[in-house]
Amino acid sequence: MNSQGVGILVVDDEFSVRDSLYNWFNNEGYRTETAESGAEALKKLQDGLWDIVLLDIKMPGMDGMELQKHIKKIDNTIIVIIITAYATVDTAVEAMKEGAFDYLSKPIDPDKLSILIRNAANQRRLIAENIQLRQKVEELTLQDEIVGESPQIKKILEMIDTVAKTDATVLIRGESGTGKELVAQAIHGKSNRRYFPIISINCGAFPEGLLESELFGHEKGAFTGAQYKRKGKLEMANGGTIFFDEIGNITVKMQMDLLRVIETKQFTPLGSNKIVDVDFRIIAATNSDLEKKVTDKDFREDLYYRLNVFSIQIPSLRERPVDIPPIAQYFLEKYARSMNKDVTDISPEAMKILTQYNWPGNIRELRNTIERALVVVGKKNRIEIDDLNLLFPSKANPPGDSLEEIEKAHVKRILEQSDWNISRSAETLKIDRVTLYNKIKKYGLQR
Amino acid sequence: MSYIDIIPIGEVEEAVLSFLKQSIFETFKIQTRIRNRPFDLSLTYDPARDQYNSNGLLLELINEPPPETLKILGVTELDLFIPIFTFLFGEAQLNGRGALVSTHRLHNQFYGISANKELLESRLVKESIHELGHTFGLIHCFTLNCVMKSSTYVEEIDQKSVHFCRFCEQEVLRWRIEKNV
Repeated sequence: MNSQGVGILVVDDEFSVRDSLYNWFNNEGYRTETAESGAEALKKLQDGLWDIVLLDIKMPGMDGMELQKHIKKIDNTIIVIIITAYATVDTAVEAMKEGAFDYLSKPIDPDKLSILIRNAANQRRLIAENIQLRQKVEELTLQDEIVGESPQIKKILEMIDTVAKTDATVLIRGESGTGKELVAQAIHGKSNRRYFPIISINCGAFPEGLLESELFGHEKGAFTGAQYKRKGKLEMANGGTIFFDEIGNITVKMQMDLLRVIETKQFTPLGSNKIVDVDFRIIAATNSDLEKKVTDKDFREDLYYRLNVFSIQIPSLRERPVDIPPIAQYFLEKYARSMNKDVTDISPEAMKILTQYNWPGNIRELRNTIERALVVVGKKNRIEIDDLNLLFPSKANPPGDSLEEIEKAHVKRILEQSDWNISRSAETLKIDRVTLYNKIKKYGLQR
Repeated sequence: MSYIDIIPIGEVEEAVLSFLKQSIFETFKIQTRIRNRPFDLSLTYDPARDQYNSNGLLLELINEPPPETLKILGVTELDLFIPIFTFLFGEAQLNGRGALVSTHRLHNQFYGISANKELLESRLVKESIHELGHTFGLIHCFTLNCVMKSSTYVEEIDQKSVHFCRFCEQEVLRWRIEKNV
């Protein structure tokens, strides 16, 4: 590491030591100052930015050990190197236990000093980089904000703060598009696990066998097509949080496997005989009526109680219309920035339409509405009613009279209403998801 | 006219001094001469360490120089130390007048290998130019083969060249223009 910019403070009551080390470090190109007492050192530490402090352990007044404690209080990332006479090496070792980086015995071997200072400067740089990276992680984990002024949303924010500090399992309930994943991310982002990943898995998106392999991972050759060993999401979430979206959609067998993992924090990848230990926090989300599923024996009661430790119910957007203007404004600013458009507001008429609309797709639908409006807004700097009109299903081409045409139009409408949420649409249409997928394919429906 | 004075401290071979004088002149393009003067070494000797205090020698070296002396380089066979360090190859005043080098740890014999006069002369010239460089305001350089690169092992002295890198050379030139030398 280059010495340029590295600041070294030499603290020693002996003038010759201060002078020699000052000259040495100056020659090496380090920014150097000296202090002859603990008090002077503390003053200089308050005044300037120092990376490394070389500290004589035996000084009149405040000794090196005491000074080190003060230094660590001012900035515990400063590298402290103890200088000691041979007779006080034991004390130097004691100082290292208190957080000193290393110690040097007088007289100092120039070779050792040179290497030690280089290592210390590197260590200091790594600490600074680590702090910067952690700050960046924190910025990144903030993602979308939970926006809203309604009492319901304020209550949810309070609940997030409360539960984030614990390791309790959280069950987030709410209609599709209400922001369940955002709440899960907010809980993770405010928890002590935030420096580890949050791994999301949409349980409704995988057929049974695949979900198992996705969660537990597999060994090479565990099943046809398993050409490589693959880590499962449970292992990837180690140290962090695992978010099970649409937990109500997992099969009874999967419920049993999952219950075992939750209870033991252990699992065995497919095709392996090795038990893997994991440590993660569980957050689950569902928009289905789990209690009914429990009554109908479609969902295990024991798993339900395991998941439902702390429950957060997110209200639908139509239950809190007061939140629509701030959320719409939030998305407007966000997408205007990313599209580099100078659109600053939504006309009062357009806003009235937004607040009166039913929002079956909730915040996701509102987000898409604003995003699409920004695409069609042209050079205007305000979103008008016309820009929103484009979002409503077109009536220009009514379906024909054949059953197929009517079915196609109906399936399309339901899909659009739910913002293409397959599970929700299938539920509305009272068909299973596979049938719905087949109909989408058959009619060539596209988002 | 300004001179760089080479002053032997204790016994130093004439031939070594002549070679050094020529090399320093070629590097700095400043008239260089060998000047003898007596030293009281007893004041700087530390019997406990069996070494000579470099700080004391340097102060003695720069004491009352002739008016035409620009820089002074002390050359000695003695083993040097300063209280905080176990040993020194040399010492200099940054932006000052005096510099000091010791051949004691530049000899191959110090490390238990056979003598090599050429290598010794090469090391002495590099360390002398390095210490004199400090008196021209140069700090240690990170250019690999620049003579101003810091050396705490004798092997590191062997690795670098006898020349300044272009940046250090420019700094010496700037110093001379500023001081009108």
